[in-house]
Order: sequence, then C-alpha cells, then structure tokens
Amino acid sequence: MVSKMNVHQFDVVVVGAGGAGLMAGLYASRGAKTAVISKLYPTRSHTGAAQGGISAALGNYEEDKPEWHTYDTVKGSDYLGDQDAIEFMTNEAIDAVLELEHMGLPFDRTPEGKISQRPFGGHTNNETGKPVRRAAHAADRTGHMILQTLYQQCLKNKVNFFDEYQVLDFLIVDGKAAGVVAVELATGELHTFHAKAVIFATGGHGRIFEVTSNAYAYTGDGAAILLRKGLPLEDMEFFQFHPTGIYKLGILITEAVRGEGGVLINGKGERFMPKYAPSVKDLASRDVVSRAIYTEIRAGNGANGKNYVYLDVRPESVNKYAALDGRTNPDGTPYTITGEQVLAKLPDIIDFCRVYLGVDPVTQMMPIQPTAHYTMGGIPTNKFGEVVIDDKNTAFPGLFAAGECACVSVHGGNRLGTNSLLDLVVFGKHAGLKAAEYANKADFQKLPDDAESGARSQFDAIRSASGKENAFDISTEMKKVMFDDVGIYRNEKGMTEALEKVRSLKERFKHVRVTDTGKVFNTELLNTWELGNMLDVAEVVASCALNREESRGGHSREDYPERDDQNWLKHTLVWKKDGKVSIGYKPVVITKYQPKKRVY
Amino acid sequence: MEVTLKIFRYNPEVDKKWHYETYNLDVDEKERILDLLELVKGHHDGTLSFRRSCAHGVCGSDAMRINGRNHLACKTLVRDVGDKITVEPLLGLKVVKDLIVDMEPFFDNYKKVLPYFINESPLPADGKERLQSPEQRARFDETTKCILCAACTTSCPSFWGSDDYLGPAALVTAHRFIFDSRDEAAAQRMQIISETSGLARCHTAFNCTMACPREIQITKAIGELKMATITGKVS
Repeated sequence: MVSKMNVHQFDVVVVGAGGAGLMAGLYASRGAKTAVISKLYPTRSHTGAAQGGISAALGNYEEDKPEWHTYDTVKGSDYLGDQDAIEFMTNEAIDAVLELEHMGLPFDRTPEGKISQRPFGGHTNNETGKPVRRAAHAADRTGHMILQTLYQQCLKNKVNFFDEYQVLDFLIVDGKAAGVVAVELATGELHTFHAKAVIFATGGHGRIFEVTSNAYAYTGDGAAILLRKGLPLEDMEFFQFHPTGIYKLGILITEAVRGEGGVLINGKGERFMPKYAPSVKDLASRDVVSRAIYTEIRAGNGANGKNYVYLDVRPESVNKYAALDGRTNPDGTPYTITGEQVLAKLPDIIDFCRVYLGVDPVTQMMPIQPTAHYTMGGIPTNKFGEVVIDDKNTAFPGLFAAGECACVSVHGGNRLGTNSLLDLVVFGKHAGLKAAEYANKADFQKLPDDAESGARSQFDAIRSASGKENAFDISTEMKKVMFDDVGIYRNEKGMTEALEKVRSLKERFKHVRVTDTGKVFNTELLNTWELGNMLDVAEVVASCALNREESRGGHSREDYPERDDQNWLKHTLVWKKDGKVSIGYKPVVITKYQPKKRVY
Repeated sequence: MEVTLKIFRYNPEVDKKWHYETYNLDVDEKERILDLLELVKGHHDGTLSFRRSCAHGVCGSDAMRINGRNHLACKTLVRDVGDKITVEPLLGLKVVKDLIVDMEPFFDNYKKVLPYFINESPLPADGKERLQSPEQRARFDETTKCILCAACTTSCPSFWGSDDYLGPAALVTAHRFIFDSRDEAAAQRMQIISETSGLARCHTAFNCTMACPREIQITKAIGELKMATITGKVS
C-alpha cells in the first residue's frame, strides 16, 4: 500500500541535480512549485568534474561571433547536429555565460577585469581558420564552479531538494506525465512524486565502458527508465572518447592543456598531430585526435610499445612548438609560458598527475590514452527541452529532458569541448521555463492506484533472482567488451560479438545475487539496479552502432571508413519493443551549412 | 602486493554495536583505497556500504578516516598508506551504516553562512560582466576549491566537542564570498561567523589544513576572517 506520508505533490519535478537539473530547478521554481530529486548530494554531481571551460563568443581577447561558434559546432558534429538548435544555443551562449557571472561564478579575468577565455579544440576564427579564445574558464575547475554556483543560487531561491533519492520509475497516465517514484536511500522507503511536469537531467552512461572519465553515478538511469517505458532514444551509437585520459585510470586531462600550448608526443618522441590536422594540429576536435592516437599506437608508435602516448605541457616544449607554429598573444607578441603559469592555469591537472601517476607535468610528460567521456545521444528533445517521441518530433505531454541525458541534437556525431557546459546551462534553463509554463496550464493526472508497483517490481525482480551470478563480474565483462569492440574503432564482427555478449550478460543478470536484505543505504541493491540500466543502454548502443554503416564523428567503422551522406545523414531513433531492439530514423535539420568534407 | 584491509562495520538493522572486519587482498600499490573498497564489496561482502561518485577527488563523496586521518578514498593510493590499512567513518557525524555518516548537520552549517553570491545592485548598463581585476579574483581563489567533503570539519577537535560550531568548511565558504570584491553581504556574513558558534571556536589546531584533499590553507583563511573581525576590513 502507498503510505500517504510518502506521496509528494509538485507542479514540476526535476530528476538529477547536476548543471542541467539545477538550472532547470532554478528556472522552473520561479513559475511553479518545483522539487529537485537527486541520487547524490547535488554538489557531488558529475558537472563538477568538467574542467576546461564553457564556450561563448564573448570576444574578450579577440574578434569572435556566434555565427563562427555555430559553424564550428555544426562541423564538429560532422553535420549530424540540428542546425536550428545549434544556432539557438550559440546565440544564447553569451547571455548564458554572463548570467553565470552575475550569479557570482568566479571566472578567471583578463587584465581589464573581463571574463578570461582560452582556445579549445575545434573552436576557430572562421576567416583565418586559427584557434580562437572562446572558452570562458575558472582555472581547470570550470564545471566545479558552475555546479557550486547553481546549487548556491538554488539555495538562495529556496528550491526544494530531495537529496539521496534514486528515481526508479516514471509514471504515465493517459499518455501524459504523472510523476516519478523514487527510493529514499537512507530508509529504503519508496516515495511517489505526483507532478504535472517531469524533467529528466540524469546525465550520461560512460560507465558502460572500461576506461572512462565518468563518475560511478553515470549509469544511464534516465535513458534506461524511459526506454523501458517504451519511449525512444536518439543517436545512441554516438559516444565521445576524449583523447587525453590518464593511462589506465581514464581520469580526464582537460583539452585546456592543449589550449595552453600542450602537444601530443608519440613513443618516438614525435609530435604527430600535424600529420592528421595540418591547420589546428593538437586542437583538432576530439574524435579526430582520439583516432590519431589510436592510429599511432596501431602503427607501433605507442610509448614503450604500449597503448598510450604522451601529453607534453613542459614549458620548454610548449614554447618550442608555439614558436614553430607562430602562435602569438592577443597583443601580437610571441606566445610563451612558464612553469608557474602552467601551475596557475592547470592546478587540478598537476594535482591529478602527481597523485595518480607520480608525474609532475611541469617537468615530465603525462602518459595518456583516449577515455570514454561523453554521451552525444540520449533522450530526444527539441530546443525547449520537450521530449519528442517520433520522426515528426511529436512532444510527449509533460515530459522534458536536458543536459547530457538529452539529445537535442546540438552535438550530433561529435561534441566540441566546452559545448557540454553550455548545453546544460542553455537547455536546462529552457526546459525549466517550458516545464513551468506547461504545468501552469495542465492539470495533475490522477495517480494510479498502486503508483509504486513499477518501482517495487524492479527491486523485487533483483531480490528474488536465483543468486548464481555476481554483479561485479557481469559489470566488468560488459565494460571490457564495450570498450574493446564498441569503442573508438568499430567493425561488424566485433560489434556482433559484443552485442551477443551483452545479451548473454543480460540473461546472466536475471540470476544476479544481492546479499544485502536491509533497507538502510542498501547500496548493493541500488548498484545492481544501476547495472541493469547499463546493460539496457549498452544493448542499444551496440545495436545502433552495428546498424549505422558509415563513419561519422565519434562513430568510426573500419568496414565503412567514409561518411555516407547519401544514406546516413539522419538521426537514429531506437526503441525496445517486446524485448526487441527496433530502429527508426528522423531527418537532420540543415539550415545554413550544407555538409562538406571535414578537415582540421 | 598483499595488504590487510580492516574496515569499520555497522549495520543499524542488524548490529547492536559496531565492529571491524579484516580482509586480506592482493592489490597493486597504485590502486586507490576506493578500488579496494569496491573489490571487497564486489567479491567479499556486498553489504559493505560507502558513498562514492567521481573517483578522482573532485566530488567529495568518499571522505573517510584512513589509518586515523581524514582522506578521500579515491585520492589515496595503497602506496601512500602501506600494507596495513584501516578504514573508518568520519568522526563527529553520526554513523548511519558502515562508512556512511549523516551529512545533514554538515550541510546545515554550510547553509548558515549565506552560501551564495549576494549583489542586489543594478547590473552593468551594458549587460556585461561585473568587472573584477585578476588580483581581486586571486584574493579568494583558494577557498573556491572547496568540494564540501567534510574532511576538514570532521578532523576538528572543536567540532567534535561542540554541538553548534559551524566548523572549518562553513568558514571556508564564508571566506569565499566575504573576500569576493563583487559580493555585498560581507558584513552580514561577518556577523554570523562572529557569533559564539563561529570563529571563536577555532583554536588553530591545523587539523583542517592537514585534512583538506584540495590543499586549501584553511587555517590561514580562518585567520584572515579573524583578522577582519578586528580590523573591520575585508580587502
């Protein structure tokens, strides 16, 4: 039975308290009674791990304009991004970054006291083709400062938080959103959140891969919940592998290292990016750089014969290559950097390398390998955060999504660095506004008699399993096969085997063992439930990747090495129907920029 | 290498009293203490409970006592602490289960210092950013690094011995805003932290500074706040 104590009613419920969820909560709460539910304390969210910056054509050091930002993002997406949405985002970018400053965000400053900006991969002056300083930054903890600032503003504005509540189920009544059901981690009690509008801001699913920069929390919960409800996901084959993760651990080393002049060096001591991207070299977009690293490794040019290369930000190297490239400061003088400046600009990176590698980047090179980093695909939405459920972009009444879990699509086949923080601020805001607007016109749907049943049955299925199988082992096997065979380079044979493997793991998962029978912080049960989500997501990722017979952005097929606009300039939509994966498509929105060959 | 990992255990639904359990593990010296906890949970005892998320020292979930000192489990490697490892929950907050403590009192203290930017003056007429010189920005850089992991507060003898001391983390947050040239509520915050539950309880034990995984000079920051109460200046 549902206890009345455990039913809450809000106009808008936001699921997730990272950058997108907090921004949505902040804006929705201005116009409607709003709650933000998070499985973590909000300040633990993964937005806090973002390092290098948030992009906007502020032009604080040099000429820049939103049109250039738009084109760079379209090109970065390998023409799969929807151009109307991209243009919307880059036009909103300047005000979005200024709004963060007005909220108190401690951006680094130019000598005149304006927001400081640094170059980042794929962001260029469209006339010269050279990198442009577009990434507004707070040292190398820009995401941390965005997360803190937004949480603080939510506290100031008295947003209601339910911290450490895991949402398990989304309630649909008569084809409309009716709320969510969550478990309170501290007590194990189920809670029903009756709502007119629900915003999913649940983050990505990078934890399906072995080497990843992503937090443990990144288990694709939102995407999996909606998939099980019969809703589609979009472009799930597109996942970003960031070129520079700490070797073996996958911890992110920001692209800002290269923005500040760092270069990639192979095992022979050669700077190799000019071969792959003659114009912007080490600041090519991430898919290009990750492939270049793998190509070097496959050619036997990995460091010490292994599958890693070096990132070099030692001042003598930076200064040498900056001089060779003719890089200058905004005032036209030659670009140089000192050890102290490296330390001041990249304090966290220095700290990570010292702690985890015992390497000091000011005097030593960093061993790096590509790391699973960002979910380009996700819950399909329009630019107002409304979840759309078919090829005609029909909105699902009362359901919204924003941030990494959503696919607007502004990132298409490959996201540019710094566009994720921009995405979550811009679309978090609009999802919040639109959800409040919707809630103010809509009525509450009547709750089903046993609203908790869907959530309860998910836990019951895990608890009543036969117990032959170990979740840790299933998880380890899934991550390995996904990283090896549905990773940077993909082919039909590898992916077919990976898909079979994931399906066999799903079968084994039905017999998983959970030994903790308690209610208080039953993290074993929760982590096992999260593993179920990851398996569901991994299956559609592998299926969509196998289905797309071309190479585009982060999706690189060895057996189909070219982009094929004739047949594949379209978004994938994927459903689970009667236990089977079903794939459809929808058109890409092209406004100003016709697809052309992508060269950096 | 072989390590002996001794873990504080308490399950409120089963145990009358806490106890320790010991696990012998074969691990790499470069592994994180968090990796060891995951290994125990995955292969030895699924009921072991702890918080974690980012696994590289930026989210603040997994602060705990490791060999008697506060650390983040994800930022402490086996080679940092040796082959005899004891892991216990933070002190001064109620243990809920195993290594999980009740964080609510900690966040309640955080919320007391007006932990948000306050500037009600009109925005610049051009709609652009409020200007701040690099020097003004540097003035509070250190205290913007805080990840609210509670390692400092729960290492502080004054916090252990008091029901109402705000603790170092809340004071770090106060410092972050008080020394921000754009913020207008320094006087209000100074008043809050000047009450008996605030600065006066800091007896410069330096435990907080030692415990901070972000290497924030917390005692120094608190010293600057104390100085400001004397001089009335926050520049």
